[in-house]
Amino acid sequence: MEPVVHLRSAVSLLGRFPALAGVDLDVMAGEIVLLQGPNGAGKTTLLRTLAGLVPVVSGTAVVLGVDLCRDRRSIRPRVGLLGHATMLYDELTVADNVRFWARAARASPGDAEAAMGALGLDGRLQDVVVAKLSTGQRRRASIAVMVARRPELWLLDEPHAGLDGDARDVVDGLVRQAAASGATVVVASHELDRARHLAGRTATIVGGVIAGSETGAQTEVHHVP
Amino acid sequence: MFRDALLVAGKDLRIELRSRIGVNQILPFAFLVLLLFAFALDPDSGVLDRATPGLFWLAVLFSALLAIQRAFAIEAADGNRDGLRLSGLDPAGIYLGKMTAIFTQLAVLELVLGIGVLVLYSSHVTGWALMVATCVAATAGIAAAGTLYGVVAAGLRVRETLLPLLLLPVLSPVLIGSVRAFEAARNGNPGEGWPWVGLLAVFAVAYTIFGAFGFGPLLEES
Amino acid sequence: MTSVPTATAPSAPDAAPPAVGPIGTGSRGTRILGLVALVGIAVATYLALVSSPPDENMGDSVRIIYIHVPIVVVAYVGCLITTLGSVMVLWKKSVWWDVTAAASAEIAMVTTALTLVIGMAWARPTWGVWWVWDARLTSTAMLLLLLLGYLAVRRIPAETSTRSRRAAIVGVLLLPNVIVVNRSVTWWRSLHQDTTILNTLQPKIHDQMAFALYFAIPVALVIFAWLLVHRWRLAWMEQQLEDRELDQAISDRRAEAAGERAEDGQR
Repeated sequence: MEPVVHLRSAVSLLGRFPALAGVDLDVMAGEIVLLQGPNGAGKTTLLRTLAGLVPVVSGTAVVLGVDLCRDRRSIRPRVGLLGHATMLYDELTVADNVRFWARAARASPGDAEAAMGALGLDGRLQDVVVAKLSTGQRRRASIAVMVARRPELWLLDEPHAGLDGDARDVVDGLVRQAAASGATVVVASHELDRARHLAGRTATIVGGVIAGSETGAQTEVHHVP
Repeated sequence: MFRDALLVAGKDLRIELRSRIGVNQILPFAFLVLLLFAFALDPDSGVLDRATPGLFWLAVLFSALLAIQRAFAIEAADGNRDGLRLSGLDPAGIYLGKMTAIFTQLAVLELVLGIGVLVLYSSHVTGWALMVATCVAATAGIAAAGTLYGVVAAGLRVRETLLPLLLLPVLSPVLIGSVRAFEAARNGNPGEGWPWVGLLAVFAVAYTIFGAFGFGPLLEES
Repeated sequence: MTSVPTATAPSAPDAAPPAVGPIGTGSRGTRILGLVALVGIAVATYLALVSSPPDENMGDSVRIIYIHVPIVVVAYVGCLITTLGSVMVLWKKSVWWDVTAAASAEIAMVTTALTLVIGMAWARPTWGVWWVWDARLTSTAMLLLLLLGYLAVRRIPAETSTRSRRAAIVGVLLLPNVIVVNRSVTWWRSLHQDTTILNTLQPKIHDQMAFALYFAIPVALVIFAWLLVHRWRLAWMEQQLEDRELDQAISDRRAEAAGERAEDGQR
């Protein structure tokens, strides 16, 4: 079976800086992979590269069957990225935001309502302007936007940040549900204990390259080419 | 593409309705410009009266700069440009949507400003059809070129100073044409004004087409 | 001739081989070009100041056209090259054309500013005013502003790819904008009869004057070409330097990764 994500010696630039200096990574459909590593190692850049936002200047990068070196744009609607930014319009309400982004992605209105409900953003909360929400509520709204679009590949950058315990459980549940229905998930996180329960496999990224990958108790170490 | 354009235009206008920046800040600015012209040009000397069409369009141009800056400022916040790139929206559609929203806001501005000019400068109006046609064509041109150059300047630290430098020379034909058309309407020679409307229309169409194609590459990378 | 110091960073094992090219921006080609230009300037000056006759109406002050017209031609050619280059940048993503467009615009900007200054310096003794709102002068002022806008985009603090793309979009529109502004201004000023100041003083160009003028134009273009080649090479070398630094940065990053893992191994 073809991997959903296939990277070999992929190099990505942030301006002139090689944030990814030769990454090897394979992820199969339905997997949940945890990406860990020190700050500045390239976790965020790797997620953004998989989303098709950052160009790959050398190496191989195939995501969802599409060669990213040739075409970065067509996979974007199929990918969900939860980053540090909220990607919400502060002046609009929660409902306005979720519905706008969902309609932009050609999702059905039902999906948008269901996503908001799943994250506890219903009732009066829907009509609150984003600027007035707490950090945790904004995070949940961003997640709702992503969930409503039903992406095939979930890219989550610190998904638990800013959320309380209940919300984190909800997010974990949604992630598991997505993986069970065939979506693929890559999670970058510093909260290793929680994330390890969620993930089937852990990959470590250091200095722009994948330094190691563990599944459960086994440790495989990949040497830098 | 058109579906995306409507979606984006609706979103932009909804933001304007909620935040009311256009009404609370840009419109007063336009009136302020009119008043400052009166201070500078001494209403008693007759210069103000002769210059009314020009001053109207200058006020519109300066307000347009603010409106365009605002249209892109809302996308600059918190990763929304990434959101637009990831959304699957057709870039040409995003361009047309933003252009339509800017056009609508400017059209409303011109309507209110026009009434203001009639009152403040005691002008009278003839040649309605010509004036309306001029407004439509000129505003479309301003919105089309403005949206394109707006995204060129968007997201940059120097955007507030770069946009005027880029856009105002480009819009100088629009200023010349719209003022001449207004003058022709006022003087009762609409025949002289319609050719200028033709120029404005060609300008608007050309920039709309170019902008729709150029917007996509410009949206890439922050 | 300017020269650029070679990169001081040591070559990394997998870095690209250093670019082949001149260290200074001069070469045999440009030396010949420069010589032709100098000879051309000498001949053109003789033709302009000595051998061509003064005008019936304007007297000796007509000689300004021998520098004014060629400079304006150069400015327009510069804009054309910038627009063409910008099209190629967007179409073929060519770095060569990107550099050409930038260099050409810089030279066009300087020549346009020079045109305005010369025009104003000539207008003062001739008509007693520094400026008239005639079509030509006004369009030239707008041309300068359009060029300044393009050059401002070239200097924005952003990554190279972003900057090139945005500059290219503005560059593609440069020549069309120049033409549209020129046409609009000319049409506008033609409505007002009082612009005939310049029109009545339109010199009739006779054989010898025509010859001097048509000689001066290619000379100006040769000078333009000389400046363009030098400016282009300078920009190209700056580009090479950046590329070399990039290869070095990639190696450094990999070394950092290996170093950190070695530390982890030791712990």
